[in-house]
Amino acid sequence: MFAYYLDLALRSLMRNKALTILMVLAIALGIGASMTTLTVLHVLSGDPLPGKSAQLYYPQVDPQDIKGMQPNKEPPDQVTLIDGLNLLHAGRADHQALMSGGSVPLQPEQSSLDPFYVEARYTTADFFAMFDAPFLYGRGWTEADGEAKAREVVIAKSLNDKLFAGANSVGRTLRMAGTSFRVVGVLDSWQPNPHFYDLNTGSYAYGEQVFLPLQTMLELRLDRNGSTDCWGNGGGGVGSILPSDSCVWLQFWAQLDSPAKAAAYKEFLVHYSQDQKTLGRFQRAPNVRLRNVMQWLDYQMVVPDDVRLQNGLAFGFLLVCLVNTVGLMLAKFMRRSAELGVRRALGASRRALFAQLLIESGVVGLVGGIGGLLLAMFGLWLVRQRPSDYAALAHLDMSMLFTTFVLAVCATLLAGLLPAWRACQIAPALQLKSN
Amino acid sequence: MTVHPILAALRRHKAGVSLIVLQIALTLAIVCNAVFIIGQRIERLNRPTGIDESNLIKISQAWVGAPSGDDAASIEKLDALQRTDLDTLRSLPDVKEVAASESLPLSGIIWSSDISLSPEDKGLTAQSAYYYGDEHLRSTLGLHLIAGRDFNAGDILHHTIRSTDVSPVIIVAKPVADKLFPQGDALGKTVYLDGKKPSTIVGIVEQLQTPTTASWGNPFAYNSVLLPVRLDGTSASYAIRTRPGREQAVMHEARKALLAVNPMRIMPDAWGIQSFSDIRAKAYRADRGMAILMGTVCLILLGVTAAGIVGLTSFWVGQRHRQIGVRRALGARRIDILHYFQIENLMIAGIGVVLGVLLAVGLNLWLMAHYEMARIPLFYMTAAVLAMLALGQAAVFVPARRASNVPPVVATRAA
Repeated sequence: MFAYYLDLALRSLMRNKALTILMVLAIALGIGASMTTLTVLHVLSGDPLPGKSAQLYYPQVDPQDIKGMQPNKEPPDQVTLIDGLNLLHAGRADHQALMSGGSVPLQPEQSSLDPFYVEARYTTADFFAMFDAPFLYGRGWTEADGEAKAREVVIAKSLNDKLFAGANSVGRTLRMAGTSFRVVGVLDSWQPNPHFYDLNTGSYAYGEQVFLPLQTMLELRLDRNGSTDCWGNGGGGVGSILPSDSCVWLQFWAQLDSPAKAAAYKEFLVHYSQDQKTLGRFQRAPNVRLRNVMQWLDYQMVVPDDVRLQNGLAFGFLLVCLVNTVGLMLAKFMRRSAELGVRRALGASRRALFAQLLIESGVVGLVGGIGGLLLAMFGLWLVRQRPSDYAALAHLDMSMLFTTFVLAVCATLLAGLLPAWRACQIAPALQLKSN
Repeated sequence: MTVHPILAALRRHKAGVSLIVLQIALTLAIVCNAVFIIGQRIERLNRPTGIDESNLIKISQAWVGAPSGDDAASIEKLDALQRTDLDTLRSLPDVKEVAASESLPLSGIIWSSDISLSPEDKGLTAQSAYYYGDEHLRSTLGLHLIAGRDFNAGDILHHTIRSTDVSPVIIVAKPVADKLFPQGDALGKTVYLDGKKPSTIVGIVEQLQTPTTASWGNPFAYNSVLLPVRLDGTSASYAIRTRPGREQAVMHEARKALLAVNPMRIMPDAWGIQSFSDIRAKAYRADRGMAILMGTVCLILLGVTAAGIVGLTSFWVGQRHRQIGVRRALGARRIDILHYFQIENLMIAGIGVVLGVLLAVGLNLWLMAHYEMARIPLFYMTAAVLAMLALGQAAVFVPARRASNVPPVVATRAA
C-alpha cells in the first residue's frame, strides 16, 4: 500500500512541477537558514568542558571602596592580586588556580624565523589538572616550582610543531622577553570553546601557546592583556607595569567536587570578606558570588546578541515558509476533490486517503529536508568565510544533521495535516455529481 | 463593483484565506523589524569619527628585548627608541605629518576614566576616553580646533601608562566641555582627571569619537580628551598623515625604514601597519555582515510570500474557471474580472497588514526587552505596510490577468 501511495504522490507532484518546486524550495530555504543559525548557536553556547564544567566555580568578592556602592550590585568580574593570592593560599577547594593573560615576544633559536608574539597564560600549578588539559609530553610545573618563580614553561602543540617540528621538546630552552625558559611540558591540542576561564581575550577560537608560572610573570613584569578595573587611587601599581591592589585584573577558578563543598566555599568567601573588612581592606559588606562554568558564561552573556537575533530571524523565516506550504498544499488537495471523490466512491476509506495525502506531503518534506541540508552546509561554509572569531567553529555535527532531517520531515508532515484532513471531509456523492 | 460577492466567495475559502493572511502578517512583522535593524546598523556605520580619515595610517609595533620601563633610566631609553622612530617616519617622502598616538577611533584600544569639576568626586563628572599623543596629534588626525590652542612641544610629557604624573594642560572634545561647563566657558578652566589630578583645558576640538564601538562605550561615545603625553612602553604606536593617494607607498616604505633603524621589533601584517580605511572596515565588519544577512533573508522572505500569493490565487482562478466564464457571459468585462481578484487580494492583504502591524509592534517590544533595540518609528511601519500591499498587488496581477482572459464560452461547456 505504501509503495502505491508513494507512486500516487510522485505522480501528483510531477503533474504540478512549478508548484512542487516552489514548495520544496520554500521548505529547503527555511530549513537551510534555520539549521545554519541553530548550528552556530549550538556551537557558541556549548559546554567548554563537558563532564567537568559543573564542578568548576568562579568565586567573586567585592574589594571596591564605598564610592558608587549600590545594593545588589554585582561584585567585579575579576580579583585583585592580593585577594587572588589569599584565596589561592587558603587552599579551601579541591583544586584552584589564579591566572591572567598576556602576550610575550618570543625569539626563536632558528635564525630563519623572525621574533613573534605568542599568547601567554600566567597561572598557577593546579591549572592543568583542574581544567583537564592533556599533556603530550612532560607535565606541568609543581606548586613549589611556581612559588620559586621557576623559569619553566608549558607550550601548546601548535608552538611545539612550529619550533621543534613536533618532537619531544621537554628540557629544551625557549627565549621569551629576554629570558630563557625551560620547557617542562607540551600540551596536546586543547582549546576550550568558549574560552571560559578568561573572556577578556575574546570568547572563541582563542588559545594560548605558552603557559608560565604567575609568580614568574610577576617577577619579570611581563606584559599582560585583558581588562583592568581600578577604583580610588588605583592609578599606580607594583613597579610601573602591574596594576595596584585597588585594581582587579586576575581570574581565580576553584574546583569543588560536590554541591556541599560549593556551599561551604561560598560560606568561606563570606567569612573571608568579613575578615578583610575587619582588617580594613574591604569597605563593603560581604558581596560574593560563586557561579559554575555554565552559569558564568550565561551571566557574561557570552553568545553574541547578533547570533541570537539571526537565529530568531531564521526561525521566523522557517515559520513563514511552513505557512506558505500549508496554504499551497491546501489549495492543491482541494483542487483534487474530484479525484478523491472517485476514490472514496470506489471504497477507499477516509483513513486511506488521509495516509495517501500525508505521504505526499512527507515526500515534499523529505526532498525539502535534503535541499535544506545542502543549503545549511553552504550556509555554514559562508559563515566560515566571515572574519568573526567564531567563524572557524561553524561545522555541522551528527546531532545537528539528525535534527535537520527530523525538523524538515516533522514540519512538512505537520504542514500536510490540516490540508489532508480538510480534503478527506469531502462528500463523495457531491463531487461525482458535479462532474 | 460591490464587495459583497467577494466576501461571500472568501467565506468559502476560510482556511486558505486565513493562511495567506497569517503569512502576510508574519512576513510584515519580520521584515519590518529586520529592516529597522538594518537601518540602525547603517546609521552606526555612518557615524563620523571626527578625524580626517583619508590618507591616514596607524603603525603599532613592539621592540624585542626592550627594557621593561621599571626605572627612570629605562623609561628614558624607551622614549629615545620612540623618538628615533618618529624622526625616521617624518623623514620619509610622501609623509606630511607624524604623531605619537596610542590610540585611534574604531581601533578598540581604550583608556577611559572620569573627569570631574572637583577633586572630591562631588559635582559633575564626565566619563571620557584618553587619547595620549604628542604636539602633532591634533593636526595629524585632522581634528578641528574650535577654541583655544594646540599643544606645543613644551607641553609634552613622557611616561608609562601606570605613571601618576599629571599633565597640566589638556584638550577636550566639545561634548566633554559642554557636559562639565554647560554655560560654554570651558576654556581655561581646571578639571580633575581620574577625579583627582588638576589640569587646565587649553583647547576644545569639535568632534572626536572614542576608540571603542562596543555597546558599553555608547554612553560616552564622543567624550574624548587629548593628553600631551608620549606613552613609553615596550610597544609604541604612531599616526601618519600621507600626501593624497600615497597611503600604500608610505605603508611599504615605513616598514622598510623602521626595520632598517631597528630590526628587533614585531610589526605583524595583521595589526602592525594599517590604513585607517582598514581599521574602519574591521571595526564594522560584524555590523555590515549582519545588515547584508538580514537584507538577504528579507528579500527571500518577500519572494516566498509573493510566490505563495501567486500559487494560491492561481488555484482559486482554476477552481472558479467556470464561474468566471458565467460572469463574462452575463456581461462582465475583462477589467471587472481583473478588478475582482485585485480587490479580493487587497482585502486579504489589508487584514494581513493590520494583524502584521500588531505582530510587528509586539515583536519590537519583545526585542526591546531582550536586546538593545529602539522603538520602530512610524515611518518604518508605514513603509512596510505599503510595501506589503504593493507586493500583494504585484503578485496577484499575473493570475488575475489569466482569469480575465477566460472566454465567456466556457460557461456553455461542462466543467
